[in-house]
Amino acid sequence: MSAEAHAHHDSGGHGTLKGYLTGFVLAVVLTAVPFWLVMGDVFADPQVTALAIMALAVVQIVVHMVYFLHMNTKSEGGWNMLALIFTVVLVVITLSGSMWVMYHLNANMMPPSMHDMRDMP
Amino acid sequence: MTTPTEHTADGPVRFLVEEEHEHSGGSTMLGFWIYLMSDCLIFAVLFACYGVLGRSYAAGPSPMDLFDLPLVAVNTSMLLLSSITCGFAMLEMERGRRGATLAWLVVTALFGMAFVGLELSEFAHLISEGAGPQRSAFLSAFFTLVGTHGLHVTVGIVWMVTMMVQVARHGLIPDNKRRLMCLSLFWHFLDVIWIGVFTFVYLMGVLG
Repeated sequence: MSAEAHAHHDSGGHGTLKGYLTGFVLAVVLTAVPFWLVMGDVFADPQVTALAIMALAVVQIVVHMVYFLHMNTKSEGGWNMLALIFTVVLVVITLSGSMWVMYHLNANMMPPSMHDMRDMP
Repeated sequence: MTTPTEHTADGPVRFLVEEEHEHSGGSTMLGFWIYLMSDCLIFAVLFACYGVLGRSYAAGPSPMDLFDLPLVAVNTSMLLLSSITCGFAMLEMERGRRGATLAWLVVTALFGMAFVGLELSEFAHLISEGAGPQRSAFLSAFFTLVGTHGLHVTVGIVWMVTMMVQVARHGLIPDNKRRLMCLSLFWHFLDVIWIGVFTFVYLMGVLG
């Protein structure tokens, strides 16, 4: 039984109670803070709030990856990490590329919308 | 360098067998991880759609008019709690305690059902207010993105119930352990996607 458990221990990352609880506490804090920032109108400038909650989201994703999904550079001989890095590259290209191209398309091609009219002097 | 030729009968054979074993044990988890990464790309495309269309209200309601942040906060905590109880189920599985594993899986599924239920009631409320997916590009993108996530959670719950039956019938055999580990990866992965949803859709939407 224990030999079998040990054999399985190599095939996938397992957490410990301490690891899960650490991840959970960090995740709760990293969830509560952005909700508090937005609902409590903590910063006067919404740009600052937007940057802060995006940064917190990135940190929380890393926390989930490490403590819940047990990501490390050694699992599956590094192939997990390689697949993750490849995916992150594709996601960044997809997201930033779409926003960039479509923003310029909107700015250059579209007739002014009601939203734009409101901002006009 | 010269050892393989000296122990031709013993050494290479044992080495091969061990490699095969390790390979077959690990390949399921790696394959499932690659599936999750491809799922991640689906969500990336839906996030990109939402990013592009999220300000096209067609003179209809905007996120500020529609989103109820306290409800989203409750929903988020449901999913977060289900994540930690899923972790507890995995810990009990490693200790080989079938009853405790099943109990934590039930708790996880209940939190998951609470999440899906709250999301469905939110959708029903939006549609009854006339803010259905056909109202504007923003709402189409919103329903597609959040609905796809909700569909994943629903499938996860079906999978979890299936695993409860499997574990109750056959116990914590290696096959079931492997399946449960895949399920836990899937479940935690959905929580990671939800971080993106509540940050970029709900919180940023209400910020304006």
